[in-house]
Amino acid sequence: MAADIAVDVVDVSKRFRLYNQKYYSLKERVLHAGRNPYKDLWALRDVSYEIPEGYTVGIVGRNGSGKSTLLKCISGILQPTGGKVVVRGQVAALLELGAGFQPELSGRENIYLNASLLGLSTKEVDRRFDDIVAFAELEQFIDNQVKYYSSGMYVRLGFAVAVNVDPDVLVIDEVLAVGDEDFSRKCLARIKEFQQDGRTIVFVTHSADLVRQICDRAMVLGDGKLIGEGTAAEAIHLYHDYLLKSGVPTEVEISEAEMEADKPVHRPIVITGMDLEHPGTGSRPYMFPGEPLTVHVDFEASEPVNGVVFTMEIRDREGGVIFASDTAMLDKPIDASAGSGRIDFSFEKVPLLDGSYTVGVGISSSGGIVYDRWEQNVSFDVMNPGRSRGVVAFDMRADIRAS
Amino acid sequence: MTEVRAERESEATDREPNGLATEPEAPVLSTAERDLELRAARAAARGHKPTRVVAARVSFRRRIVELWRSRELFVFLVRKEIKVKYKNSVLGFLWSMLNPAMTLAVFYVLFTFFLPNGIPNFVIYMFAAMLVWNLFQTSVLSATSTIVVNAGIVKKVAFPREILSLASVGSAFVFFLFQSIVIIIFMLAFWHRPDWTAIWLLVPALAAILVFAAALAVFLSAVNVYLRDTQHLVEVLLMAWFWAAPGIYAFSGRVHNGLSKHSIFRIPHTHLIWLYFANPVTPVVMTFQRVFYNVVNTHSTVAPHAPLQVMAGYGNGWYLSSDLIVLGVSLLLLFGALTVFGRLEGNFAEEL
Repeated sequence: MAADIAVDVVDVSKRFRLYNQKYYSLKERVLHAGRNPYKDLWALRDVSYEIPEGYTVGIVGRNGSGKSTLLKCISGILQPTGGKVVVRGQVAALLELGAGFQPELSGRENIYLNASLLGLSTKEVDRRFDDIVAFAELEQFIDNQVKYYSSGMYVRLGFAVAVNVDPDVLVIDEVLAVGDEDFSRKCLARIKEFQQDGRTIVFVTHSADLVRQICDRAMVLGDGKLIGEGTAAEAIHLYHDYLLKSGVPTEVEISEAEMEADKPVHRPIVITGMDLEHPGTGSRPYMFPGEPLTVHVDFEASEPVNGVVFTMEIRDREGGVIFASDTAMLDKPIDASAGSGRIDFSFEKVPLLDGSYTVGVGISSSGGIVYDRWEQNVSFDVMNPGRSRGVVAFDMRADIRAS
Repeated sequence: MTEVRAERESEATDREPNGLATEPEAPVLSTAERDLELRAARAAARGHKPTRVVAARVSFRRRIVELWRSRELFVFLVRKEIKVKYKNSVLGFLWSMLNPAMTLAVFYVLFTFFLPNGIPNFVIYMFAAMLVWNLFQTSVLSATSTIVVNAGIVKKVAFPREILSLASVGSAFVFFLFQSIVIIIFMLAFWHRPDWTAIWLLVPALAAILVFAAALAVFLSAVNVYLRDTQHLVEVLLMAWFWAAPGIYAFSGRVHNGLSKHSIFRIPHTHLIWLYFANPVTPVVMTFQRVFYNVVNTHSTVAPHAPLQVMAGYGNGWYLSSDLIVLGVSLLLLFGALTVFGRLEGNFAEEL
């Protein structure tokens, strides 16, 4: 059975005009008529996507990739410049919790006002009022003016109203990070409840973990275009891949620039090449958790060098070191003779989960003088087909028995 | 890897006897797929869902439907406006009555002792006009800035934004009702009798002024987002507009005679009268005076026994038809205003 389409995004484009200086008054508009330079910025470009009913779809992408714009188009806050979005059913957007609260009104009055802004009828609010108050944990303060609320109370009330609106489509923009951990967990539980009810959820986040945890599918946006989509795991992989290709500056790059500065003038031995090999090499652009990996490093010595140390590092996308070792630690002094050579680092098993990892190698003297270092361009991706999350692929087994 | 294998096994057992397995496109997700189908079925079970289209151009009919769906929101917004205005004052709603009561008292003193114009109970004639004018002016002025003032909601919540402009008219109407209490108190005090037989004329008159105010409110609130000084311009224009309707002067004595005897800028007098009545506020103001003041011919209080015509001597039919014309034109204007609003609305969230 093909599910009905809950959100149909058809060729949606959105253009923003960026003016050097924005004129707001009639006088200024007349004075600067026709010669106010602007740049067109396409926040979205021909994005098409169908979200079937009951699906939870994540939208991932860098800042400025158009995620929030798409979300606003779906929820009807922005009208697309071209194309259209057809939404079946009631939409509730959680773009900013407590948007539209009136500080002068009491919590009770705000619940009614906010709920009706989100499209809920008074009768429905009457019915759910106690639920909303209980969810927000504001029983004692509900008749106080909202201006006396703490920011936590404010946000809780906002979320409580929004999730009680009973939407068919829930649009969420990274609001789960708010509130204390306890409340976040409660929100997440509520979202899962929503999923089980067969409601459609569109979800923007940076967190790959959340995507894996909640989403059925995810779409990747980059520079306003739909770069790809797939199951949560595929999309995360795509996203990491895209990030790597588009050369997001990471710590790694900075450290290399620093290295560049204090490279010794005399370099008797240099790295000439480097590549990776895993069982999927050639057939797929990623490896699975637990597969073996070999790093081949080619080097060339212009003169015989004694006591060479090869270093090896694996870093995550943020530049954090996940693994580092060198041949000195392995208790293996190496004396390189003049000419070219190759060293292979072999990992029997790479127990990593989703992500793009860069491999850096270096050659130095046993005394610590760095001869050469390659740190940025070689990477491998891991795609985890299972549901486990995190960084390390532990072997896990679950045994259940009656006790 | 163990996990993958486990899920594959579960897929094998999931196959239904008739061989209708789910698409083997992503075999590892079979349990998830089953879960999805269950969820889709639950979604379908929730029954009819209204569809909504977000696009650069949304049809007029669809927008009206959405406006109608948000009628409860309209009520809440009006209520909010009134509550916020008087929340922190002890006297609350009384304030909205005190202001016009004071105005009435001042004008009573002014026109009785300092500037006697000979018209008996002139404050009531004047206040009948002020009622209408205040309703109109408050609607238009507060609506002009409403989208900008409510930027916080407009940028973050999706709802038909015209509701905000209409709510300005709605709350002005509530204040109008409060002020009506004041004129009733004054009429009782002066024992001034309204024309009960013509009281029904208030209905078309109110309808006309409300629709006209709504048209301007919707149009100006959208324009003000792009041209922020619209607000100030409107203020100035409204002040001049006030004098274009017979509020503080008697219609028949001065205006009618003046207009029919002179021509200004070579415009013949028949056209001048026509121009005077082209102001949609005029017929409504005159209807209110007709009902509340109800004096056409009287004698001057200044020069005893001198005959004095205060209001035009038109019959009820004239008032009714004038108001209906205003209503008709205003409906057209409202249609135009909603269309303009729809065009401008697309960029609200980014302009604010």
